[in-house]
Amino acid sequence: MSFFNRLLGENRSSAKSAKERLQLVLVHDRADLSPGNLEALKDEVIDVISRYVDIDRRAVSISLTKDRNEQRLVADIPLANARRRRGSAG
Amino acid sequence: MTAKIATITSGKGGVGKTTATANIGVALASMGKRVVCIDADIGLRNLDVVMGLENRIVYDLVDVVEGRCKLRQALIKDKRLNGLYLIPAAQTRDKTAVSPQDMIKLADDLRSEFDWVIVDSPAGIERGFRNAIAPADVVLVVTNPEVSSVRDADRIIGLIEAEEKGPGKLIVNRIKPEMVKRGDMLDTPDILDVLAIELLGIIPEDEHVIVASNQGLPVAMDPKSRAGRAFMNTARRLDGEDVPFESLEGADGFFGRLSRLVKPGGEG
Repeated sequence: MSFFNRLLGENRSSAKSAKERLQLVLVHDRADLSPGNLEALKDEVIDVISRYVDIDRRAVSISLTKDRNEQRLVADIPLANARRRRGSAG
Repeated sequence: MTAKIATITSGKGGVGKTTATANIGVALASMGKRVVCIDADIGLRNLDVVMGLENRIVYDLVDVVEGRCKLRQALIKDKRLNGLYLIPAAQTRDKTAVSPQDMIKLADDLRSEFDWVIVDSPAGIERGFRNAIAPADVVLVVTNPEVSSVRDADRIIGLIEAEEKGPGKLIVNRIKPEMVKRGDMLDTPDILDVLAIELLGIIPEDEHVIVASNQGLPVAMDPKSRAGRAFMNTARRLDGEDVPFESLEGADGFFGRLSRLVKPGGEG
């Protein structure tokens, strides 16, 4: 652990950060999808889905995950709640 | 004899490809094998100085490929170690002087006379890398326990698989056990976890490596060196022996965890 980490009272080892950063960067490398492009994809997906159903745009999350040999694009798209929908319809 | 061709590569520069090539070559020769090391880094010749054979070069790889000499004439024999030879890279040409097909033909011509052909790949993922892996039966990927180096190793592993050269085997070079112990360096199980390939060797950081390269005596020739012993073990595993990853390669305990990790898959 570095001097600074100890000074800040952080209990995280730099090796742990290294591993986490590596895993994240490799998920993007392997899928050939940069974080910037993923963000653009997310915006487009939001636009398309919004045409059909009212969604909570700010709560949408789309991320790349990896388990064993499989890479996955996981999207969590919460619908806008029913009360608001009724409100906007009326 | 039917040589196996092992190409040593990494993607990133400066992680120890040339050092690994020289030392695995030395280690295999000291086991009684007939070995030729080929420097495929055309234009940036270095394997000759690491092996201490720089004063004996007459012909090089490009001379062989372009027919200016016989293959036999470009083989520099190491006088200190029976059965060890070097084919140096050309220094004044570039990677385009050799094609992947040239490398395959060269390796095939060497097969009948050697047990092992060890090819030192240049850094990068372009022509020189493709030349170096073209003849490979097995690809050894060298990485350091650093984010940048492991990332490049992952890219290389992808390219090796795309060329149908198998997943490759990993050599983790320049591990500092004391940094690993205090949580400031990626340890080998972490790297294996991320890269998901077979482990062939763990080489500890060792000042002997620099002293050895100052003198042109690969560190595997020095039994007092920890890195030298680790390279010996790596070479034995490459040759099919079942050598456990044990404490002599670093701090105890830490590597105990590792041997459990490595065992179930089986080696070789």
